[in-house]
Amino acid sequence: MSVGVVMLVHNAFHRAEQVVRHWAAGGCPVVIHVDKNVGKEAYDEFVKKLSGVPDVLFSKRHRCEWGMWGLVAASQSASSLLLEKFPDVRHVYLASGSCLPLRPVKDLKTYLENRPRTDFIESATTADVPWTQGGLDFERFTLRFPFSWRKNRFLFDRYVDFQRRLKIFRRMPDGIVPHMGSQWWCLTRQTLSAILEDPDRGVYDRYFKRVWIPDESYFQTLVRLYSQNIESRSLTLSKFDYQGKPHIFYDDHLQLLRRSDCFVARKIWPNADRLYDNFLNEENPMKGAEPNPGKIDRIFSKAVERRTRGRAGLYMQSRLPREGHENGFTSSPYSVFEGFAELFEDFEPWLARMTGTRVHGHLYDKTRVEFEGRQETFSGAMSDNAKMRDHHAQLFLINLIWNTRGERQCFQFGPSDSQFISWDLAKDPNAQISVISGAWAIPLFLSNRNFSDIRADAADLQRIESEHLNALRSPYAKARIRIWSLAEFIETPMEALQTVLDEMGVKNMRRVTEAPKMVDLTGFGQFLQNLKNQGMHPYLMGDFPNESAPVVQRPTRRKPYLVR
Amino acid sequence: MGALTSYRLRLQRKRWHLRARRKSRELKVLKDRTKQIKPNDILLFSTFRNEDVRLPYFFKYYRDLGVDHFIMVDNESTDGGGEYAASQDDVSIWRARGSYRKSRFGVDWLNHLQRKYADGHWTLVVDPDEFFVYPFCDTRPIRALTDWLDASDIRSFGAMLLDMYPKGPMDAVPYKRGQNPIDIASWFDSGNYTISKNHLYYNLWIQGGPRARMFFKDEPWRAPALNKTPLIKWRNEYAYVSSTHMVLPRGLNLVYDEWGGEKASGVLLHAKFIDTFADKAKEELERNEHYANSKEYIAYADGIATHPDLWCKWSEKYINWRQLEILGLMSKGNWA
Repeated sequence: MSVGVVMLVHNAFHRAEQVVRHWAAGGCPVVIHVDKNVGKEAYDEFVKKLSGVPDVLFSKRHRCEWGMWGLVAASQSASSLLLEKFPDVRHVYLASGSCLPLRPVKDLKTYLENRPRTDFIESATTADVPWTQGGLDFERFTLRFPFSWRKNRFLFDRYVDFQRRLKIFRRMPDGIVPHMGSQWWCLTRQTLSAILEDPDRGVYDRYFKRVWIPDESYFQTLVRLYSQNIESRSLTLSKFDYQGKPHIFYDDHLQLLRRSDCFVARKIWPNADRLYDNFLNEENPMKGAEPNPGKIDRIFSKAVERRTRGRAGLYMQSRLPREGHENGFTSSPYSVFEGFAELFEDFEPWLARMTGTRVHGHLYDKTRVEFEGRQETFSGAMSDNAKMRDHHAQLFLINLIWNTRGERQCFQFGPSDSQFISWDLAKDPNAQISVISGAWAIPLFLSNRNFSDIRADAADLQRIESEHLNALRSPYAKARIRIWSLAEFIETPMEALQTVLDEMGVKNMRRVTEAPKMVDLTGFGQFLQNLKNQGMHPYLMGDFPNESAPVVQRPTRRKPYLVR
Repeated sequence: MGALTSYRLRLQRKRWHLRARRKSRELKVLKDRTKQIKPNDILLFSTFRNEDVRLPYFFKYYRDLGVDHFIMVDNESTDGGGEYAASQDDVSIWRARGSYRKSRFGVDWLNHLQRKYADGHWTLVVDPDEFFVYPFCDTRPIRALTDWLDASDIRSFGAMLLDMYPKGPMDAVPYKRGQNPIDIASWFDSGNYTISKNHLYYNLWIQGGPRARMFFKDEPWRAPALNKTPLIKWRNEYAYVSSTHMVLPRGLNLVYDEWGGEKASGVLLHAKFIDTFADKAKEELERNEHYANSKEYIAYADGIATHPDLWCKWSEKYINWRQLEILGLMSKGNWA
């Protein structure tokens, strides 16, 4: 009889009963504390059902509420009773009604017999761990908390504010350093009785009665005064979510729990029949000696991460981040090319060949979405309808990048496209934007239209592009941006292309050997000059050499050669 | 400003309650088994009309999930669906005589019945062609979810409507009584949804999917809403405003996280587009009792000769909830 169990129960009595019987069958005396909030009938029924089980006692009942003193009082009364009535008990294990022993009681006994002087209790100083919720870490020891956090949140908050403002602090009793940790512990008789029989217990109790969540700090603090050998971890596997509420185990966690080698797990869903059937009936399901909850840890910390940070670049029914809280506007890097498709005749297929990425046309083209190969639908069943795209231009891009996770997307953009997305592109760190400014003039130059129309269009496009460039050059721009003027670019096109492709980080990139075919720009300088002459100054393409100045020259006539 | 708006919404909520009471006169009890309802039971509310062929599988699906009692409103079915439902041991059913449209698509009738029977219960409000899918639904009953929501102090749970469709024309494979309609309509659009927020009611407005893609190309803003909040721990003072898209008090509509995290959410598989849709379309068009002037029915009627195929080569085939989780259509949140 080396281990005694103190069990705090407040609901799911049929499960608690099963577990009590399990402990008792393993030769552990059990003292049960039932929450005073439980009605008399339920309590009596529970007592009656367990009346035949040897070494099971019920302790004085306290009213328990989360975060309040009642839970500590309950543990105190129950452990006093246990120590008094069962003098053989060496270790006292604090458990709850929803705890489930995963390994045979025998295992736990042997484990504790081999460590007769060790107290298993998680106990860390508040200064060093950022576990706590709501900013009340050290303050839970220095303020008073007479109001319930669950029932009187308003008064709770106001009273905290009030104390902070008036700088009212409590003094801690001499000699204690506040520690915190999981409320589920396993202490030796020596340590526990020292805490319970301390002549100063009245002082400590009075102090901790007004501490917030004392069940996480009372024993954890006092144990530091008496214990000779603290092992600062809990033998109970218990995981908490980001709000400090325990994660719950279900039937589908069976294999995980089996492999964890922990002694006791909390909290189990009362209707998890398979878990109860398996762990309470199995002979020796686990082999390992030391608990190893690593895998479970990972699953639950992932869950917390998902709840607090979410998946980057995902907008969905239960995740709609406000601006600035996106944790990534889009999910992965992509490239935007402006002016390249205008300057090179076969830019899209060339880029796809060189980089192996998915290359679209003008996704924001005003007439239709130019998906790769001009498909009518694309990944995720996105439609090529321009109206549907413009209905929510941001989500169009976000969806596209999300739907094609794992494959880099490239697309063309320019001033003739719908511009709703302009700022979002500039602000997205995932975007790699390469611009040849002024290249929009090339299609105009090649077109067969009346010059006055061309002039009007050119003025529009120039205005739109310069607005877009303002966005790209603004201090809010977070994308990786490169801007060349057309004149700059055509001086050394291959070097520029090489830089862009290098930046894309394409794997097994060779030097760019094959060049895309540039459109014939003969006469382009003259075209620009004509625009200028009409009063529309195109400046975004830089200083373009005007190769054939329209000087009307008289053919030089050879001087007559005369010999007199 | 905030207080004023809240007060205005409060008045509006009272008005919906009054209206529900007025509309309740159209209800006539067909079979009342509400005495069987125990305090913690999970209830399901539903309105239907001529859905007899779908009902057997509907009941089976939700019984398997762990729904304890069904409260149904039969809007003048002529196919014997009402009688079939009344013969089930866990169903209470009323017959409604009035117009579906004038009872705001059944909301008034259900609001009334919910006020009467659902106080303090977890309630699921779905149509007979909607199948609720939530994280771990293959291993954990719905009670596990509601217990977890209770423990986390969450009052409402969102589940987006996901339109399912078959490959090929809708009437190619006939639906047989008792069959899982998802076996026929097993395809869906995985990533073409748009979301915006309603700043008065706080609910999201989700649009997209095959209906928007096919029938609302030119007026995407008129496409049907897909956001739903079907699972709520109901209190007498609550009221659905427009189908299950919006609830008052508006705090119940906050089923999404705005600070970058993901809340847990589910999906309602919408198995509307099977062979029964053609008959429905014809009938509904005559009655003109549906949303947006039955736009999709009109579009369908127009295309009846052409047999529209909602399927495209980027459609996804439904496997299970984990697939929807990975695609980002629903989330486990911090439930693990």
